[in-house]
Amino acid sequence: MVADAHKMEFGAKAHVALNDPKLRANFRRAMDGLMTKRAAQFADTGEWTSLRARGAAIRANALAKLPELLEQLEANCLRNGIHVHWAETTAEANAIVLGILEAAGARTVIKGKSMVTEEMHLNAHLEKNGITPVESDLGEYIIQLAGEAPSHIVMPCIHKNKGEIAELFHDKIEGQPYTENVDELTAAARKALRGAFAGADAGISGVNFAVAETGTLVLIENEGNGRLSTTLPPLHIAVTGIEKVLEKLDDVPPLLSLLPRSATGQPITTYVNMISSPRKDGEKDGPKAVHLVLLDNGRSRVHGDTELRDTLRCIRCAACMNHCPVYTRVGGHTYTFTYPGPIGKLLTPQLEGIDCAGDQPHASTLCRACADVCPVQIPIPDLLVRLRTESVRPAAPGAVKGAGSMASSSETMGWKGWTLLYGSPLIYRIGTKMLGWFGNLMPSSAPMLKQWTSVRTKPKFAPKSLHELAREKGFCDE
Amino acid sequence: MNSPRERILARLKAAPKSAAPLRPDWTPPAYDAAARKAKFKAMLEASHADVHEVTAADWPERLKSILANKGVGSMVYAPATDAGQRLAQSWGEGGPALVAYDRPVEEFKEVLVSRADAGFTTTRGGIAHTGSLVLWPTSDEPRLMSLLPPIHVALVEESALTDSLAETIRVQGWANGMPTNAVLVSGPSKTADIEQTLAYGVHGPKELIVLLIGSESP
Repeated sequence: MVADAHKMEFGAKAHVALNDPKLRANFRRAMDGLMTKRAAQFADTGEWTSLRARGAAIRANALAKLPELLEQLEANCLRNGIHVHWAETTAEANAIVLGILEAAGARTVIKGKSMVTEEMHLNAHLEKNGITPVESDLGEYIIQLAGEAPSHIVMPCIHKNKGEIAELFHDKIEGQPYTENVDELTAAARKALRGAFAGADAGISGVNFAVAETGTLVLIENEGNGRLSTTLPPLHIAVTGIEKVLEKLDDVPPLLSLLPRSATGQPITTYVNMISSPRKDGEKDGPKAVHLVLLDNGRSRVHGDTELRDTLRCIRCAACMNHCPVYTRVGGHTYTFTYPGPIGKLLTPQLEGIDCAGDQPHASTLCRACADVCPVQIPIPDLLVRLRTESVRPAAPGAVKGAGSMASSSETMGWKGWTLLYGSPLIYRIGTKMLGWFGNLMPSSAPMLKQWTSVRTKPKFAPKSLHELAREKGFCDE
Repeated sequence: MNSPRERILARLKAAPKSAAPLRPDWTPPAYDAAARKAKFKAMLEASHADVHEVTAADWPERLKSILANKGVGSMVYAPATDAGQRLAQSWGEGGPALVAYDRPVEEFKEVLVSRADAGFTTTRGGIAHTGSLVLWPTSDEPRLMSLLPPIHVALVEESALTDSLAETIRVQGWANGMPTNAVLVSGPSKTADIEQTLAYGVHGPKELIVLLIGSESP
């Protein structure tokens, strides 16, 4: 029995997305622009090569020393006055966040952008418990109003055009007239969110890099909502996956040079926020308490495999999805899970299990565009092939959770027949002869052939095999 | 092994070791003095900031007229900093009203959130490569004055410009002690979340005014 098999629906959703011209146009326009901007940033290939080698080494170094660095990060955060919590599962992390909020009597929360809280479905958990979370990143605010999930990890509402956003604001924000003027729409969000910032009992943020050496949380953003969420309310809770740690402060500049340039083609984000402690005595603003929640949720399992460990180098720039021929055509919602695109189809089956998300590694052409642009050199296509293999092989020690769950008896039998055919010269000769005579009589609706021929012309078997043709030309077998 | 912390760390420690790679050479960009200043200005201006070259003697006067031209009514400043004192002493009559951020935010929130037109801060330096200001808030100079009002005015000394963030961190010895909050600012608040169209001032300042004090000024 396949657990959560209902989640494996990439194929069906992709068909719907491919037939949605508006969605196709929204993604096409956005991705073309992002690709051009990124290319302009890395025009100097010498600089790109040395910078990304440095970036990849920094991340690999941090993962090689992960347990020690997490302990160092924790010790330095505690020394700085930041509370540190550890969560093995998203349920535990949700409970920790809720516990902190309840202990502080917080009823309203303003959130900066955070993919890990999306992974936790934190907003739903808070709402269920009577706490109102308001997303403050403009993109996140828009999709929260629409009741949707992000479709991209950097630009969450990239699937919507301004007409759709104009309509949404007109419907959901009191007194907001319909306008497609981007400045007016932005101003409307500013106005609507100012009060939410000022009145929030707590702020919640993600973390881009956590520096073990100094106990510093680095957050990058353009809007200032991240700074506001982590400064204005009296309580700040930062949530991060355990893999985001860096050894030294010196590791920040190269990664900071890679991330925004890869993501949006910006040389740097408008704000780089480095938080090392709560408000100290005598300081006039800043939260009085800062909490850091470290979430595992399967990451330590990924870390336990030295090959798959490279997945955790990811700095969430989204360049892989911006350049993926599959993502750019079907959009992020098609992937169902929190992380879409190439990094998502690599990470999700490892976190959730192949039995839950095993179709994701198959949603790739293996064209290597993702590997070419990855600023930390994650060999995404190679690891996707590993996951595809494990998805149909019987589970072995060290295999990814849910390995073998996609094996089908007809496929197994097919491969057994293939092995038999190729293992015996006699059967091979008879087999190819028979296919030459009768192969073309096989209907395209035959099992295994049906899906393949749904988008391709059925191949025609030649009456004579290559071997026969060669023999006729005078070549002989050795 | 009862706690999640112990279980997570035990799993990570039990994992097969991989070699911690050396970090290959990477050289951040470097400039000479003239190029440094030019790059700093060009990058900031490309990020939609207004950069004014001023002198140590005339900057309060220059700022007053810049703000007056924009019709700014009030500016929040930090009265206990050297620059704040200088500002207050030379401001005189006319021009925007100076409002001192001299109490905890709990008593000052309303001014910051909805009344002040501008906020004035010093900087710990500037970074040429990316056109970034280094803000280093202290108990005298709080965090929110650079973020909540619609205009942020920042004072930078040319002598405090560096080439790159890597150099800044090394030269200023950041690893020896980080403040509660250090911030790099590279332009006014912006977003491109609606159809990748740039819009300024989504949550933070709509305008960033940088006063660059020349190093050769008296």
